[in-house]
Amino acid sequence: MSAPLVGVVLVSHSAQVASAVADLAVGLTGGGGDVPVAPAGGGPDGGLGTSSDLIAAAARSVDRGAGVAVLADLGSAVLTVKALLADDELPSGARLVDAPFLEGAVAAVVTASTGADLDAVAAAAAEAYTYRKT
Amino acid sequence: MNATPDPEAPVDAAFVRRWLDAAAAAMDRESARLTELDSPIGDADHGTNMRRGFLAARTAVEQDPPETPGGVLVLVGRTLISTVGGASGPLYGTLLRRAGKELGEEQAVSAARLRDALRAGVDGVAALGGAGPEDKTMLDALLPALDALTGALDAGGGAADALAAASAAADEGAKATTPLRARKGRASYLGERSVGHQDPGATSSALLITALAETARGDV
Repeated sequence: MSAPLVGVVLVSHSAQVASAVADLAVGLTGGGGDVPVAPAGGGPDGGLGTSSDLIAAAARSVDRGAGVAVLADLGSAVLTVKALLADDELPSGARLVDAPFLEGAVAAVVTASTGADLDAVAAAAAEAYTYRKT
Repeated sequence: MNATPDPEAPVDAAFVRRWLDAAAAAMDRESARLTELDSPIGDADHGTNMRRGFLAARTAVEQDPPETPGGVLVLVGRTLISTVGGASGPLYGTLLRRAGKELGEEQAVSAARLRDALRAGVDGVAALGGAGPEDKTMLDALLPALDALTGALDAGGGAADALAAASAAADEGAKATTPLRARKGRASYLGERSVGHQDPGATSSALLITALAETARGDV
């Protein structure tokens, strides 16, 4: 029995973006290993926005006891995760990771698939900020 | 009539519920204007979001009414976070939930305690959003309101007069966001183009404080 993997939650204003970025990150990891990845996209009414209920459910669904890295796209997605963390409404090992959304998601899932701990997953996602394209 | 049993501690659960009803009515009434303000510098959903959130909060409180003023505020805050869908959800949710937690289990509190609770809530908003004065945000209405409330209470004013002063200051503060350049949120991407528009969040904050003043005056 191997140690549990860090979970990854992807919070976007758009359900399609959250879900597609999750697919991309898992796909680029060769199926994602067994990393639990959950998208939490869109608002309470299903349109563009942020749903705290979706975020909390996604975080619970990927919590295997090794911690949960939460990546958010911008604005209300970031603020909602922070507000949920401030009031202990996410699993105890959940953490908002400061990272670019797509690149950070890929880095987080790849790193989590190696069995790395939450600190290493968060560091890898944050490091994606330093990758220049020109 | 809404009798207040203790003039020294007028803020009980019923008071906060009247405030919530007045705020929900204001967000409902002003929804179109808030969205219009949010159109040039935001994503044109502020009125819709605030209306949805406050109406949901009113329903949540009606269904399971908390017995303390703090309990009502915490429930309203939690409901706003889960129903607004924009940045206003966590920001207003934090404002009211922090205020409610500050009041704890107290059954009825003075205007000064309410001021302390609002200050805790405003501090929470500032910490969450990372904004300061003149960043063209909710804080530009809330901080002047707190200052006016404190000044009036320190000068010996009663709850109704002090909250009326807070309401006027919030309104002035919201209007004063017009010439400011946004430094937080989506509007900040617009840079200079955000100048010349009144901030929708400061405007809805002024509506919230005005609803509080109306409640203290006994209009609602």
